[in-house]
Amino acid sequence: MPDQVKGLMAAFPQPNVDTDVIMPKRFLITITREGLADGTLADLRFDEDNNKRPEFVLNRSPWTEASILVVGDNFGCGSSREHAVWGLMQLGIRGVIGTGFAGIFYDNARKNGLALPIVSPKVRDELIQIARDPDAGECKIDIANRQISVGSQHHPFDMDDATRAALLEGRDDTLDSLKLADSILGYESGLREKMHVNVIQ
Amino acid sequence: MSKTLYDKLVDAHKVCDLPDGDMLVYVDFHIMNEYTSPQAFSGLDQKGLKVWRPEAHLSVVDHVNATRQRDPHDDASKLLIDNLESNCKKHNIAFYGLGDPRQGIEHVVVPEQGLVAPGMLIACGDSHTTTYGAYGALGFGIGTSEVEHVLATQTLRYKRLKTMLVNVEGALAPGVTAKDIIMKVVQVVGAGGANGYAVEFAGSAIRDQDMSGRMTICNMAVELGARAALIAADEKTLAMVKGRAHSESIDFGGTEWRSDQGAVHDQTFDIVAEEIAPLVSWGTSPDQSVPIDGLVPTADDTATPKAKAALERALDYMGLSAGQSVQEITIDSAFIGSCTNSRIEDLRAAAVVLKGKKVASGVNAIVVPGSTYTRLQAENEGIDKIFIDAGFDWRPESGCSMCLAMNDDIAMDGERIASSTNRNFEGRQGRGARTHLMSPAMVAAAAVKGHLADVREFQNEGAE
Repeated sequence: MPDQVKGLMAAFPQPNVDTDVIMPKRFLITITREGLADGTLADLRFDEDNNKRPEFVLNRSPWTEASILVVGDNFGCGSSREHAVWGLMQLGIRGVIGTGFAGIFYDNARKNGLALPIVSPKVRDELIQIARDPDAGECKIDIANRQISVGSQHHPFDMDDATRAALLEGRDDTLDSLKLADSILGYESGLREKMHVNVIQ
Repeated sequence: MSKTLYDKLVDAHKVCDLPDGDMLVYVDFHIMNEYTSPQAFSGLDQKGLKVWRPEAHLSVVDHVNATRQRDPHDDASKLLIDNLESNCKKHNIAFYGLGDPRQGIEHVVVPEQGLVAPGMLIACGDSHTTTYGAYGALGFGIGTSEVEHVLATQTLRYKRLKTMLVNVEGALAPGVTAKDIIMKVVQVVGAGGANGYAVEFAGSAIRDQDMSGRMTICNMAVELGARAALIAADEKTLAMVKGRAHSESIDFGGTEWRSDQGAVHDQTFDIVAEEIAPLVSWGTSPDQSVPIDGLVPTADDTATPKAKAALERALDYMGLSAGQSVQEITIDSAFIGSCTNSRIEDLRAAAVVLKGKKVASGVNAIVVPGSTYTRLQAENEGIDKIFIDAGFDWRPESGCSMCLAMNDDIAMDGERIASSTNRNFEGRQGRGARTHLMSPAMVAAAAVKGHLADVREFQNEGAE
């Protein structure tokens, strides 16, 4: 994982964009993580006959090349489906700038290396304005230094330490946590008998 | 020092601290379904890992299965169901599949089987896992990568949340239910207002709720962004966990699972129970609701240009006019089901409204009991007959069905549904489908009238 994300910003300001909208259910009938790019934001990108909706930002030049979204409040709310993050990544999105994200979506993003910098509503609104300018140029999300730069503007952003470290290191949490097997065994040995759940098969 | 229930639960499950501020927490019990687990199992395979403690997991088929009949309605859903079964066989994990008398919606099945008790930590690849907070247990939804993590380690990386207290004091008016309490809370706190928080519900109106109502409240707490919802364990909780398949083998404690006197929360909201009316959602976010005797909001009701834009977008999607009477809104369909409102208590409440009545002509009315066990219980009580006589389609199988339309119950473009479910998002029940959230009794009332209707009028009839 690079220590920064660079690319074109696209303005996507509607609030409460939920994971049903990010990845409609008809694309969820799958047992793999792949093949989700077409499904991402499908009902906003395409009409009923699968033609591109010309008014949607990601269908308009230059934002067809966008890799950063500047979004409305509470992006990623709703269902826990990680497919929403996989799909955004497969569509080429590497960063989503917002004022706050739903918890499960935030954690899913971290697991997959999708950067979610959190800024104030004022800064977000400024970035929306900049993103609407086709000549705005490249935006840089500097994860190591927690700073967004575009043109002559620089804005600090919030990101908790653990998420920042996970993005920078690109680690595998499962394998890392297994290194703590002794601690887990120690915890289990302290549990009373009826705290060991045994589901009847 | 006084501690909140949330902090007690987190502290009790902490395995160790991690660098950068996270911790590792122990997951007592983990539930899986067929659509958010396949990639977790393949992750295990790719890494050559085994399941840490297979007996602490349960898999239930609920999201994609048909409820009109037992057999899968298409090859794609069969693939997901078969994939879960074979993964469970391979790893020796309990699997409640189609035809199993224990099968149903996961969050209905778990309480029925006695697999939730005060003091537990429960994770599941489903956002409505907050339901278990009704028992004084810490339940929360996780993504597929975290499902893999729980399978391999029986733990999760965890960041402690802030806590929010929502006090609902007073007595509910007749016709007002747990669904209305939580819809009111979502309206007051806002969708996303509790992002980063664990929310504890307290106050006399919460204590007065039965366990089914408490589950409805904690279930939909995720719609305000809460990563966890909690209600203190009391005698009602302990009575509910008794006499079930796993009751004798599970014990994490009792009524000590409550916040201490004087425990401090980061934020508090106070809601007066008497001021809650039966609510219906009018828009495309769960916080967009109004009392059933109210009007669809207008731009004058919005405080900011952004709120105005959101209102206009929602009205356009929903095909509604600003300022129109809510009860003028005619419906095409009525749906009673989902992990929010498909328990036996919900079916009974709807049956009271439907008894001796008929569904309005042209309304497609469907009821999907929350579990096979719930369905059989309802059939023993004769509730199925009341629904069927009224003109409802009483489904013979259980699952999430039209709540999220991952099976063959998909609403059509523009179809308007009175729904006892949890989300009115754009496209949730089908592309272009228009969802109005409300209590199950209100869905029944709407089905009979053919338009959104006030359940209190039905109750007055009954009293005459």
